[in-house]
Amino acid sequence: MATAADPAAPGAVASATEDNRPIRPRASRDEIAQRGVIGVLVLYLVLALVLPIGMVFSKALQQYAFTPDQITIAFGRGGAFEAPRSLQSWIDETGYVVNDGLRASERTRVQIVRIIPRPARAGVEAYRVTDASSAGGQLLLGQEFSAPGQTIEVPAADLGRIQVRPQMSYGLGNFGYYFSQKSLSDSIRNSFVIAAIVVAINVPLAFGFAYALTRTRIRHKEWFRLISTVPILVPSLLPAIGLVYLFGNQGILTPLLFGASIYGPIGIVMASVFFTFPHAVIIMTIALGGADQRLYEAAEVLGASKRRTFWTVTLPGARYGLISAAFVVFTLVITDFGVPKVIGGDYNMLALDIYKQVIGQQNFQIGAVVSIVLLIPAVIAFTVDRVISRAQTAQFSSKAVPYQPDEDVRRDRWMLGHCIAVSVFILGILFMCQFAALAKFWPYNLTLGFQHYQFNKMDGGGWAAYWNSIRLAFFAATIGAVLVFIGAYLVEKGRGFVAGRIGLQFLAMMPMAIPGMVLGLAYIFFFNDPSNPFNFLYGTMAILVINTIVHLYTVSHITATTALKQLDGEFEAVSMSLKQPFLRTMTRVSAPCCLPAIGEMWMYYFVNAMTTVSAVVFLYSPSTNLASVAVLNMDDAGDIAPAAAMAMMIFYTNAAVRILYGLFSRNVLGSLQAWRAR
Amino acid sequence: MTLFARATAALLLSAAAAAAQTELTVYTAFEAVDLDRYKKAFETAHPDITINWVRDSTGVVTAKLLAEKDNPQADVIWGLAATSLLLMKSEGMLAPFRPEGIERLDPNFVDQDETPSWVGLDAWIAALCVNTRELERNNLAAPTSWEDLTKPEYAGHVAMPNPASSGTGFLDVSAWLQMFGEEGGWNFMDRLHQNIKFYTHSGSKPCKDAARGEVTIGVSFAFTGAKAISDGAPLAVVFPSEGSGWDMESAAIVAETDFRAEAETLLNWAVSEAAMKEYNVGYAVVAIPSVAQPVENYPAGGLDAMIDNDFLWAAENRERILKEWASRYDGKSEAK
Amino acid sequence: MPEPYLRIRNVSKRFGDFTALRDVNLDIGKGEFVCFLGPSGCGKTTLLRAIAGLDIQSEGMIEQAGRDISALPPSERDFGIVFQSYALFPNLTVADNVGYGLVGKGMPRADIRKKVAGLLAQVNLPDQGAKYPAKLSGGQQQRVALARALATEPGLLLLDEPLSALDAKVRIQLRGQLKDLQRDLGITTIMVTHDQEEALGLADRIVVMSQGRVEQVGSPVEIYTSPASVFVADFIGAMNFVPARVAGPGMIEIGSARFAAETAHINGDGRALAAIRPEDIKVQGVAPGDANALEVTIDAEEFCGSYMRATVIDAALGEARLKADLSMNLVRGMALTKGSRLPVALPPERLRVYPPLS
Repeated sequence: MATAADPAAPGAVASATEDNRPIRPRASRDEIAQRGVIGVLVLYLVLALVLPIGMVFSKALQQYAFTPDQITIAFGRGGAFEAPRSLQSWIDETGYVVNDGLRASERTRVQIVRIIPRPARAGVEAYRVTDASSAGGQLLLGQEFSAPGQTIEVPAADLGRIQVRPQMSYGLGNFGYYFSQKSLSDSIRNSFVIAAIVVAINVPLAFGFAYALTRTRIRHKEWFRLISTVPILVPSLLPAIGLVYLFGNQGILTPLLFGASIYGPIGIVMASVFFTFPHAVIIMTIALGGADQRLYEAAEVLGASKRRTFWTVTLPGARYGLISAAFVVFTLVITDFGVPKVIGGDYNMLALDIYKQVIGQQNFQIGAVVSIVLLIPAVIAFTVDRVISRAQTAQFSSKAVPYQPDEDVRRDRWMLGHCIAVSVFILGILFMCQFAALAKFWPYNLTLGFQHYQFNKMDGGGWAAYWNSIRLAFFAATIGAVLVFIGAYLVEKGRGFVAGRIGLQFLAMMPMAIPGMVLGLAYIFFFNDPSNPFNFLYGTMAILVINTIVHLYTVSHITATTALKQLDGEFEAVSMSLKQPFLRTMTRVSAPCCLPAIGEMWMYYFVNAMTTVSAVVFLYSPSTNLASVAVLNMDDAGDIAPAAAMAMMIFYTNAAVRILYGLFSRNVLGSLQAWRAR
Repeated sequence: MTLFARATAALLLSAAAAAAQTELTVYTAFEAVDLDRYKKAFETAHPDITINWVRDSTGVVTAKLLAEKDNPQADVIWGLAATSLLLMKSEGMLAPFRPEGIERLDPNFVDQDETPSWVGLDAWIAALCVNTRELERNNLAAPTSWEDLTKPEYAGHVAMPNPASSGTGFLDVSAWLQMFGEEGGWNFMDRLHQNIKFYTHSGSKPCKDAARGEVTIGVSFAFTGAKAISDGAPLAVVFPSEGSGWDMESAAIVAETDFRAEAETLLNWAVSEAAMKEYNVGYAVVAIPSVAQPVENYPAGGLDAMIDNDFLWAAENRERILKEWASRYDGKSEAK
Repeated sequence: MPEPYLRIRNVSKRFGDFTALRDVNLDIGKGEFVCFLGPSGCGKTTLLRAIAGLDIQSEGMIEQAGRDISALPPSERDFGIVFQSYALFPNLTVADNVGYGLVGKGMPRADIRKKVAGLLAQVNLPDQGAKYPAKLSGGQQQRVALARALATEPGLLLLDEPLSALDAKVRIQLRGQLKDLQRDLGITTIMVTHDQEEALGLADRIVVMSQGRVEQVGSPVEIYTSPASVFVADFIGAMNFVPARVAGPGMIEIGSARFAAETAHINGDGRALAAIRPEDIKVQGVAPGDANALEVTIDAEEFCGSYMRATVIDAALGEARLKADLSMNLVRGMALTKGSRLPVALPPERLRVYPPLS
């Protein structure tokens, strides 16, 4: 009789040891195709994200310094040249302060005639100036840079035409300079303080709002929910403009500020609360919406008071939502530059510094340094958010009994008041903007008319900018949704090529940690380089589309992955057994099943492409002006009423697209999704 | 050459001429409202050349040109601050060229090199835009000089452009340093700083803010003020008695253009009297003084107010001045 | 034995540090219905997925119909598969689901339609083709999945826990249909299940697996009556295990009582584990002279419907407690209750002895 002690189980076939070889699975043609597509997507994200961001780091390390010891000058007197002397020795002798003691930048120039005093040059007929550096390019004569070791000979009268350029090297000099500049490094503190204040205001505000939507019996919840999402549809510049009209020097509510100025921290905080509010509400509604009725019943049975139940059940249950909302709001505020741009007065913020350094002063190196500083809180917030969202997913049990709010008139009255107050704040700003956009000459002539809609007569690109924005939004949404879905499909459902799929997943998560300003700056560095074969994209609509798709990649990717995870994991296995290519299963089954999610992705792309300023502000060209940038530029030029008008155009467009999408998804998608009915 | 060949060649040439519509890419910071007018006027005079405008604010166009230094996209720069063109010149980005009729131009408007690298077309002059209604409401007298602006009663009523981002702002600061001397200039700005409500990013914004009563006095330039008055703003444009900084809208040929001949045609036209008349619609001071006609709502005395501006000094000292300015006044609202 | 249809040789599968399959060897004949049976995590599904090529083994060879398929991707193998989740495409009609694998093979549309209709008739769903899967019951969905897997006429049918998600009644009903269909088509079938009843009722042969190893391969009767190891004995059916000693050749000792049993295979210090199924304990017509007879006391009873499972003890057995199934007739007839004395016998051919658990 056989027993378990036998090496081979009874009935089984004897082992044939020579077959003990490792198997290298052969890839099907389908898998090779998948690898190709993953490769293309990875390449896209590397070219449109990783390499440009890398350029920011390399640019931040580029420092410039004069090296006068590597330049020599010889005087020609009486037909012969004297022994050459280094420029450094002249500087030592005359005590000349190079560039007034300032840090040299890419474009700093020093003239030799200022270094060597005129008396010392008496009687000189000609000069020989030599660039003794190994890199060359230290001297500039007219159009020409010197070659390494080149000697330039000029007659006495032309010495003034020779300029000395600083030499580039890599190092941390720019960082040292940055932190030595009080006004620059103050921005770090300002940004953190403002972001912290906005979090402190917005998290309780949004918590209350979400609480009202999920845990009370107030009426018209769907309207409040709708109103709370309005700020998503407008650029962050809009609340700032609205606040100028409400609380500015001529504002109708200005007395409420008791003499304080809306320009500065107060305005930044109020506008930031406005534009980050929906993000916090959405996160918190999800966190509060997943409550389990049984926990509350248990608390009640145990005799816990309402207050105690709130502190011991409600808040802990929503803790991930609270933390996540806090970090999201914090990042949004710290990386936004539209609000401080319009209403910040002279209160410097990090994101605004990048803009000022780059657009205002063409100081790309310092812009890159600020970008890296800005990257740090963004990456931290991103990491925390990812960790938390994982923890939160684990927290929800599918067996939870949905929470049914009990009857509580007093609570509901308070919560209704809260919702109304928040809604009035949101709609008030919107209404104010629309009114100001129509008033003929605020505040002196309030006759209504459409003269501020004559965008073609203003800076900013005119109506063409508006249509460009719609084109951008449409292309980014359509191409983006398709691309991201295919990528997410292959990450989730692909077969083999694990390294490629993990790589794509990693790259897909990266953009969320990159602030728009930084990405935009990175694109300048990368695509504006004439030696880059993709240079031709610079200044085209294509680069805006490419940038927008990457900028908004992560959220869409998460949406797609979440939807795909809900599909049966064996669709692909079945398809393979039926010898069907993955492309057919994807287009015939997976994509149709994920159609609502794809619609969400499309909407997300469209709305954000319409409102985003941060990344594209560095990338638009005069022929690809955008509505959101036009708002910025019109406000910049003082044309604040047309700026409000354009901002409202963005709102109406997004609202209209939202409504159309709603109708579309109810009718068309509804019929396509008939299979969902049981 | 046979007769036939010659005929064919002629035919080809004429066909080519009919089709040859050169398109020039022109970078500009001209006011948006003026662009169509200038383009139409030039293209009427030279139907074989089409202008493709690339317009943005002075700062942005300057940044763009510098960014594209190694790979220039522009053929001609037409309508950019002289201080910016000085920067381009020092980068070796401009092609020296002497336009026809240049001798009629005020010598102050022309690059001093033998063959000038750039030419000035018209001047924009720093001025105060004063909201008369706000003056009344706050019981204030209209300022007449820069010195007036530092009086305590104007505290919180003045806006001016940030010189780091605005060409106009830098023009003001460099003019004060030239007029009052290095020490006097900074001393003046220290006192002015006490009265500033906010520094704006663009040069025209203080005036437009003053027009809306957002501030009482905007340190800006005269053109914007004149236009706002025409739009119905309760505004007065004042040239301060000490004199005003100014800059020129200028033109130059980009060294690496592929259309040198057409670019020269454009530059020749840009300094012509016909062009000057077009500039004069908005600008009271143009490069050919005899052409200048008064502009609606534009205050008199612009020409007299213009200081003897040393553009080269301004360009060379720009970085130092801006650094000093930033260390003194940046982050103003914190000080409050 | 004729040349096997499926030959599995030395197949091992590792996921990182975890070894899911250890050196599995197995032959499956053409037309056979084989069940992989074992607790969750025993490697049965891993082995099925290796055969399908979904998760290819780390080493070892798999040969199907004389062709080495070890490294082939699923799409180049010849099988149809049905999953526990059915994995029906929810947005396609039943007919489109069944016909999914027929498209793109140059088959005329009309033929596809005809074939789909035939398959649906075969699984007793003749008029359901236009419906969406969500409109069907679980059992109907499972039959659609089966029809879809059979549509391409594969040489091998793989079933991964196909019945586990269904109600008990539907499960039993479908079991019969599945068996009939398999017999009619004569298709070689491998089914993974953790349900021993399912395996015993359906399979021609059962492969019992544990911890990535094959424990025993055999017909249902063999597996049930002669479990080759403690694991198999314990996993399939109910079994009494009591510690015992080998008292001599063919003799074991439980407590102080001695019983005849096969002991030749027990080595070592004589410690052993005796095993007998509750229904194998003889309770009726036990004569005092019968082999391995003794009298016991009923210590506890558990009513199981058609019979009573009693826990019996006796001083001679020491600590050992045995469960014995008593028919209700017997219980009523002898008025058995807790504390009753009862003669029983442990038939030597039913009493199995295993080496002690280490």
